[in-house]
Amino acid sequence: MSKYMMHILVCGGTGCLSSQSGEIVEGLKKAIEDIGMQNQVQVVKTGCFGFCEKGPIVKILPDNTFYVQVKPEDVEEIVSEHIVKGRKVERLLYENPESKTPISDSKHMNFYKKQMRVALRNCGFINPENIEEYIARDGYGALAKVLTLSQMEVIEEVKKSGLRGRGGGGFPTGLKWEFAYKNVADQKYVVCNADEGDPGAFMDRSILEGDPHSIVEAMAICGYAIGATKGLVYIRAEYPLAVKRLECAIAAAREYGLLGEHILGTAFSFDIEIRFGAGAFVCGEETALIHSMEGKRGEPTTKPPFPAASGYWAKPTNVNNVETFANIPVIFLKGAEWFSKIGTEKSKGTKVFALAGKINNVGLIEVPMGTTLREVIYDIGGGIKGGKQFKAVQTGGPSGGCLTEKDLDTPIDFDNLLAKGSMMGSGGMIVMDEDDCMPAVAKFYLEFTAEESCGKCTPCRVGTKRLLEILEKIVSGRGTPKDLDTLKELSEVIKDTALCGLGQTASNPVLSTLKVFEEEYIAHVRDHKCPAKQCSALLQYRITEKCVGCTACSRVCPVGAISGTVKKQHTIDISKCIKCGACESKCRFNAIVKE
Amino acid sequence: MAQVNVTIDGKVAHVEQGSTILQAAQSVDIKIPTLCYLNLHDTNMENKTASCRICVVEVEGRKNLAPACATPVMEGMVVKTNTLRVINARKKVLELMLSDHPKDCMACTKLGDCELLQMAERFGIRELEVGKDGAQSTYKKDIGVAIQRDMDKCIMCRRCETMCRQVQSVQALSGINRGFDAVVAPAFEVPLMETKCVQCGQCVAVCPTGALTEKEYTDEVVKALMNPHQTVIVQVAPAVRAALGEAFGMPAGMLVTGKMVAALKQIGFDYVFDTDFAADVTIMEEGHELLERLNKVAHGEKDVKLPILTSCCPAWVNFYETEYGEILDLPSTARSPQQMFGTIAKSYFAQKMNIEKKELVVVSVMPCIAKKYEAAREEFGEDVDLVLTTRELARLIKQCNIDFEKLEEADFDAPLGESTGAGVIFGTTGGVMEAALRTAYEKATGKILENVDFEAVRGFEGLRTATISLGETQLNVAVVHGLSHARKIMEEIKAGNPRNFHAIEVMACPGGCIGGAGQPYHHGDVSILKKRQAALYTEDQGKVLRKSHENPFVQEVYNQYFKEPLSQKAHELLHTHYHKKERL
Repeated sequence: MSKYMMHILVCGGTGCLSSQSGEIVEGLKKAIEDIGMQNQVQVVKTGCFGFCEKGPIVKILPDNTFYVQVKPEDVEEIVSEHIVKGRKVERLLYENPESKTPISDSKHMNFYKKQMRVALRNCGFINPENIEEYIARDGYGALAKVLTLSQMEVIEEVKKSGLRGRGGGGFPTGLKWEFAYKNVADQKYVVCNADEGDPGAFMDRSILEGDPHSIVEAMAICGYAIGATKGLVYIRAEYPLAVKRLECAIAAAREYGLLGEHILGTAFSFDIEIRFGAGAFVCGEETALIHSMEGKRGEPTTKPPFPAASGYWAKPTNVNNVETFANIPVIFLKGAEWFSKIGTEKSKGTKVFALAGKINNVGLIEVPMGTTLREVIYDIGGGIKGGKQFKAVQTGGPSGGCLTEKDLDTPIDFDNLLAKGSMMGSGGMIVMDEDDCMPAVAKFYLEFTAEESCGKCTPCRVGTKRLLEILEKIVSGRGTPKDLDTLKELSEVIKDTALCGLGQTASNPVLSTLKVFEEEYIAHVRDHKCPAKQCSALLQYRITEKCVGCTACSRVCPVGAISGTVKKQHTIDISKCIKCGACESKCRFNAIVKE
Repeated sequence: MAQVNVTIDGKVAHVEQGSTILQAAQSVDIKIPTLCYLNLHDTNMENKTASCRICVVEVEGRKNLAPACATPVMEGMVVKTNTLRVINARKKVLELMLSDHPKDCMACTKLGDCELLQMAERFGIRELEVGKDGAQSTYKKDIGVAIQRDMDKCIMCRRCETMCRQVQSVQALSGINRGFDAVVAPAFEVPLMETKCVQCGQCVAVCPTGALTEKEYTDEVVKALMNPHQTVIVQVAPAVRAALGEAFGMPAGMLVTGKMVAALKQIGFDYVFDTDFAADVTIMEEGHELLERLNKVAHGEKDVKLPILTSCCPAWVNFYETEYGEILDLPSTARSPQQMFGTIAKSYFAQKMNIEKKELVVVSVMPCIAKKYEAAREEFGEDVDLVLTTRELARLIKQCNIDFEKLEEADFDAPLGESTGAGVIFGTTGGVMEAALRTAYEKATGKILENVDFEAVRGFEGLRTATISLGETQLNVAVVHGLSHARKIMEEIKAGNPRNFHAIEVMACPGGCIGGAGQPYHHGDVSILKKRQAALYTEDQGKVLRKSHENPFVQEVYNQYFKEPLSQKAHELLHTHYHKKERL
């Protein structure tokens, strides 16, 4: 990169690409060529910067100027002003939400200040389609180092780092490798689980899009450690860009002798194939994933046997998630000791979270384990949208639970989240405000798990459906207090009896919201009220004395439920009202309320 | 193998390492309830999907409950099978299952044999608290000529799938859809008749509920019996007499031939005949075909192929036509005994008795579901009109108010009711081969066969082979049952027949016809099949005539009608041809 005096980094992640960042890249390249500076200024299409809320992102090095929400038509100005004249385009700079002043250097943005990017170290920095850029960032240095160690030394280093599986379970990675290593077989496999399925989570996709070589390198390291010569990446076919970049990385690695026979002149041979998933959530469960790769129905089988003993085609198989693998090269480059200094006692390193929901800075962040929820939501996430009241944050996706105000100062790690009734999961973090109805939230998650259940075991196949039916009953105002007992009892049984992780955790959103927001459930089933005013079946529109009798509401009502004379307060006939809300949005006097 | 000690409900079990909790519990007489789990020992069928979750137990130190059927024991494991937590969980799981199951049990074919209903009874389910008014997963009914699928009743135990894939290697059934709509079905949910299903019905034999059943024809039979213008005759396959008694609470393996004949007469059949008679005719044709082929091959005829494959089993024929459609000249062209009987009845017998063909109704009672399909095959016209299973016959007997156990024994009618011991053993794996050998030996050598018991081809092993001397000729024979074994041997034949087999007997069902899918349900107890098998050998032993060609009525049919085996008339009426089937 050194021959250039300036680099323009443009986010080429799926999100920004869908907001025309591809056109921005092309536009920039052309504009730079037009002024003949193509040898001084390089335009790089990188992976995700994480700040998706304000995409597409364009970052200019060396001064770290961070332009947000750039459009193709802004290209000309960026080039003529910033590149040619050295004047920043103020209107495209990120604005500090409090002081309303523009911030030029991304280092000074709250969004980045508390982040520590280990797994995402190269995302938004290098061109993921250029292996040389990865190598320039010490890429494949870890593999070279590993090949001088014994297999057990490699495993010990991973164990010493304290790295735990980032896919949701949090199982110690080194231990998993050791199991696969110790099972003797003529063939073993390394599998990368890229079947990211939690609603809202996209860290694995971002890593594969932004830094695919780190996964290739880590899989080779793992292959060496456990004694496998074959690697497989199971990736959902809905991630075409990630697939393309991964294919590109594998091809480049082969070309450079970093995959294939006798890697770096050693006796170690390793290669990687890609397998496509059709996007079933359950295929993220490792036994289901393996069955899917074998061409069988993607459904789990009971463990033991674990894949480390009998996995892909009944051979010892080590399955790790993308983010877990992304940490591996760093552990060997900087040392297990360095890595284990980050984080909490039992959760080492960093964790990537996908911030979503009612939060100002929606995006992808990476923080050291032990960072508090408050820091994540308020400092990095910029707080709640529209100045509303924070209500809860759902972590762990459909398998997790809700954490509330009282949990905000909890340092995030695997064990703390579990103790609080939620879980780390793959790192989805959905923030909810006062307008979110918790039974409705639980229903949303159950809709997801009921839909994604493979249908193999009874508790999950029928149980999640029944939970969903009860929740539907509750939010539609037909619930009874007895339903809450049934919900709880059934949830516990599903947790206790389901076959795989999906089923065993499917009722967590119900149990967690029931525990923390019991009053809200009671309001639904006893008083038939929705405190968050979300469940339309439980709401009634009423016209208050603020009404001036303009008749706008009665004219817009599609069912003629509103009557009244001009300049007199109108009334709504509840028996006719279909709760469409048209009157409320038409009223200019805030005279129509729902309660 | 290493032994481990586990404590189950306070009892200590010493079991082999690798045993499951369920096996360990059985060893100390603790009966953990199971529903999806099924182990048909000696048949390669172990359904261990651990999907129903009825067998869950508490394991000390484990967070959630463990499925006893699929969890291996470990040294020092402490298991509790009947705590409140376990019982509640089981009941709730069962309730969930019942909440998505039709409640019209009284109108279900499986009534009386339903394992789900037995489970509900065992747990005393009185009210469904969960899902009382919940959605029901519903599917299009699939009614073929032999098998009926009502997947509303499917509980996703996957036994049928394991049977179809693992034991039969047919692969017509698999899990499809997901979540609440998940069900076992043919790919794309096409009707089973349009798939490569061979109609063996073993899926029906292991289905715990009424999701898979045979297509019943009892009402049609009753209607025919009540029609004064029709002469209704019945043939009964050999394996039926070794199992029918079970349906009346008699011990497995009890021969009820005489009572069965008496019952059929009391029901009102005009003539009660024996498929064993036709089995003897089959041996005449197939035995001679074998000798002819051996002879031709010995004389260097290139277009004649060996080994000859038996063709009595309709599911095997279907399997063959689907899987090996490119080598249709291997199986014997002899029709099955059921169809030989049908054609003899509608030609020879009808003429002899002066009955109009269209007024003669031929009913079969078969241990088999595929026989319903076979009777409906185009090439067989209306030779056999209606086929009942052993189960349907039992129900018909009950409907006709007959106290089966108290019946006086009766004899089959002449002329199509006379059979030899060779015809009887057609009902078990190895029987067709043994019957053929008895006749082939004497025809080939011209000598009397003293010891008719060919022990080498008897047994329950999936594949049995033997070399038999027919005078100077050494005959290499193989006997297989279960279609996965058939597939293995066929792959070997395709690869050049390295073991130089001359004749192979194939029966699709584990155990042969005694294990047919139309027999009273064995509910997982394979010892029942072995008892039925023993019963057939006992009946054979007791027969005066034990070689097909000695059957005087068979001789009469040949003298009066077919002249000799493989004659032109025999070819017309007693032989068939096969079609390549291309199926999904």
